[in-house]
Amino acid sequence: MRGPVRDAALAAFVAAALALPMLGFRLVDSASGLTLAGRFDLVAWAAGLVFAGRLGLRLLGGLLPSLPALPAPPARLGDMRRHAGWALTAFALVLPFLPFADRNLVDKATLVLIYVMLGWGLNIVVGLAGLLDLGFVAFYAVGAYSYALLSQTFGLSFWVCLPLAGLFAALFGLVLGFPVLRLRGDYIAIVTMGLGEIIRVVLQNWQDVTGGPNGITGIERPSLFGLSFKATAPEGQRTFAEFFGLEFSGDHRVIFLYFLILALALATNLFTLRIRRLPVGRAWEALREDEIACRSLGINPTMVKLSAFALGAMFAGFAGSFFATRQGFISPESFTFHESAVILAIVVLGGMGSQIGIVLAALLLVGLPEWFRELQQFRMLAFGGAMVLIMLWKPAGLLSRRDPTIRLGDAG
Amino acid sequence: MEYFLQQMINGLTLGSIYGLIAIGYTMVYSILGMINFAHGTIYMLGAFISLIAYLAATTIGGAPVVVALMVALFATMAFTALWGWTMERVAYRPLRQAPRLAPLISAIGVSIVLQNFVAQAQGARVKPLPPVIQGGFTLMDGDGFSVNLSWMQIIVIVMTLALMAGFSWMIAHTRLGRAQRACEQDMKMASLLGIDIDRVVSTTFVIGAALAGVAGLMVTLYYGVIDFYIGFLAGIKAFTAAVLGGIGSLPGAMLGGLLIGLIEALWSAYFSIEYKDVATFGILIMVLVFRPTGLLGRPDVEKI
Amino acid sequence: MTRPLLAVEHVGMRFGGLFAVNDLSFEAGQGEITAVIGPNGAGKTTLFNCITGFYKPQVGRMTLSHPDGASFLLERLDDHVITRRARVARTFQNIRLFAKMSVLENLMVAQHKRLMAASLFSVAGLLGLGRYRNAERDAVELARHWLERVDLLDFADVEAGSLPYGHQRRLEIARAMCTGPLLLCLDEPAAGLNPRESAELNVLLRSIRDRDGIGLLLIEHDMSVVMEISDRVVVLDYGRKIAEGTPAQVKGDPAVIRAYLGEPDDAETGRPPC
Repeated sequence: MRGPVRDAALAAFVAAALALPMLGFRLVDSASGLTLAGRFDLVAWAAGLVFAGRLGLRLLGGLLPSLPALPAPPARLGDMRRHAGWALTAFALVLPFLPFADRNLVDKATLVLIYVMLGWGLNIVVGLAGLLDLGFVAFYAVGAYSYALLSQTFGLSFWVCLPLAGLFAALFGLVLGFPVLRLRGDYIAIVTMGLGEIIRVVLQNWQDVTGGPNGITGIERPSLFGLSFKATAPEGQRTFAEFFGLEFSGDHRVIFLYFLILALALATNLFTLRIRRLPVGRAWEALREDEIACRSLGINPTMVKLSAFALGAMFAGFAGSFFATRQGFISPESFTFHESAVILAIVVLGGMGSQIGIVLAALLLVGLPEWFRELQQFRMLAFGGAMVLIMLWKPAGLLSRRDPTIRLGDAG
Repeated sequence: MEYFLQQMINGLTLGSIYGLIAIGYTMVYSILGMINFAHGTIYMLGAFISLIAYLAATTIGGAPVVVALMVALFATMAFTALWGWTMERVAYRPLRQAPRLAPLISAIGVSIVLQNFVAQAQGARVKPLPPVIQGGFTLMDGDGFSVNLSWMQIIVIVMTLALMAGFSWMIAHTRLGRAQRACEQDMKMASLLGIDIDRVVSTTFVIGAALAGVAGLMVTLYYGVIDFYIGFLAGIKAFTAAVLGGIGSLPGAMLGGLLIGLIEALWSAYFSIEYKDVATFGILIMVLVFRPTGLLGRPDVEKI
Repeated sequence: MTRPLLAVEHVGMRFGGLFAVNDLSFEAGQGEITAVIGPNGAGKTTLFNCITGFYKPQVGRMTLSHPDGASFLLERLDDHVITRRARVARTFQNIRLFAKMSVLENLMVAQHKRLMAASLFSVAGLLGLGRYRNAERDAVELARHWLERVDLLDFADVEAGSLPYGHQRRLEIARAMCTGPLLLCLDEPAAGLNPRESAELNVLLRSIRDRDGIGLLLIEHDMSVVMEISDRVVVLDYGRKIAEGTPAQVKGDPAVIRAYLGEPDDAETGRPPC
């Protein structure tokens, strides 16, 4: 009993020392400049909580030595996961029509799906090819601005701009990737982060084209085969509500946007599942495992990396143009490093390469905090804390099992 | 000419601060091979702690400025060191054997937590501190433009040099320094030879954090405004400095820091202040493409 | 006279001031097993890295000639080009498999070049065209063939990293063979194998030489392997060639004995050559 208590007391002491300057004093603006206010009760609270938590963990750990061991994965886990995938897809398809689904929920689901799609896109780069990209948001931004500018300058519709935005983002990936991808490992991380910042700074300052910090407003909303979702249709068009003889409702657009991103995300998923079984996809994974061995097998690592980088960028471009059309407004604010970090966290927490894991992680990191909007101030604290805890709990990610892309019996 | 000289002085001051932060990155990277993403946040904590300690010493303790500064210096180093130690202990040590990306994600998580913790605990508004140390020398008096070297700049540069010198001496001559270099070369072997790896790693974090804390103190005094977000950009730039100088090399970190500071100051002065970060990262990318080991890094032969 | 498969001429590779390989010349023929032996640090692996393009030698020339007359100057080609076009494959001293991928997938990655062409850089494969499906079936057949040859057929769908050590060594050879090489470079294939596995390896390497008719270049410490299967032996010491010939010739060469055993007075610390 004495060991744990001493240990907990030590932890509490450290906590108190850590909290003393940052919690114990608060900087207060006053007429005569900055002054300090003491709040030492908070320090005591912090120490007390850490003491209790640490002691509790130690005692619990002593009582239940084998608690965290998870049951061994059943042999047919692959099948189970495939079923789970279909079940999730089916659920996503009916979600907007379920009784409890209000406009708010569908809107939040749309947001989660954007991140699922971004996660699936980045998964090609990080999860499959093993390239640590900390500037993924740059391509998201390129997609969003491409759509906004193309639609405003040339009056092109969303459906024309969508592939163009993806194409531009992919081109950007190629151009930026070329110098970067010859670098090894972590250097790629820092350079992609730098590229992300460069793009953001350019968006912020290139007033004439990007509108600077004010961004671009009044971006055209998408239509469904020419059916507008506005209350009254523009010249020569009909509204969705008129066509189907429904009463106009703002919900139609929300639901339409939801299905649009669902389709885009599923397309991304389908693409990834397919390409994993193709030579390029296998080369990506091989490259992640051992670049030198790849070179010894005649695989040109630069080309393989570049293809992953550009394809990942393309999906970010698609997601970006969806984002622009959903918001109707974009500014550099939406494309900070923080976004890149969130997307990367989704991929890594999901378990590097696992498609369903990414959905789970997106729900956890984006969906859950949305519920707690009221607790705005603690949301980000919890978000960061969750990242650390999940990594400590499952360093390989939530779902890290990998199924082979081909079995000896399959082909033949 | 005068203008140029002035920008050089400003750049060197700024660069010293980057260099101090860069040391923490370079040491951790060379031993653990991980980017300690939360290191910039430690620097931000250092800035806050120094501000609080200074105010506590002057307003509550009624100490004279010099004493208050010394109190702030030691308090900052002690508390940031403790933060650094705790961070390693809680968020990184359990992940030492984990896949490569796990500690990085954990580090990003830590930095998000700390940033928001500070924003909550101290408020998100910018914190201003009226200049504490004023005055300086006028080095040159051209027509209409004079070159100034303020006391504050002297303090920043001299203190950085002193810390660097002391630190290099430590790495070269003490037991701890030897252990550190041994871990850098081959951690498993070092551990077989009886070096306590955990202690070496902890000390590395403690030293790196204390140096970043000093950088935080200096930025508080030099610029007089801080907020909870300053750690992010400074962190990226300091890491850039470490890579630019050649990761794993202490003189490299310092050189990289000074270069980044100079580039930033000169670019802002002659081209555009908006695009100064673009210049920094652009140069980083060019260096990495043409000299991937950085300026002072050892070229390493790929082991096959 | 036909040109030899591989001709190494005056190759030198320096790290800092130290020559790892110094003015080395030798040849390796098609349908032959050429062994490169020598004490630790003699420059054997460096030589391999030069031939397979991972290092670029500062001086010298390495020519690889195909039976159809095409020839390649290896020192001018990138490593992956050497495998793809000059058709040189290799294994590594410390095995480099794609550990998280299955055994079969490892062999499929080795056929990247052919599958990429068949799938039109994966575009046709993405659309599910039959042309790619046929190519994939052929690739699986080739993989099955090599899995049989190295006796790993039962492990095809297992994660490569989970195989026992000896199996991993054999898988690496099978993977290298799946690239369709004319010259196979093996970096200590017998290291860490027990005597039975080592004997099986001899059978495998001989069968590659005799059935597939390609050239093998082999670095080896295990003299039982070297003496039993090689047709020619090149002995290196401090980066230089000190002897060359048939196993029997090399075994009796005084220079070789000296290199392995040291000077007569400290003979007991050395290792006998066989």
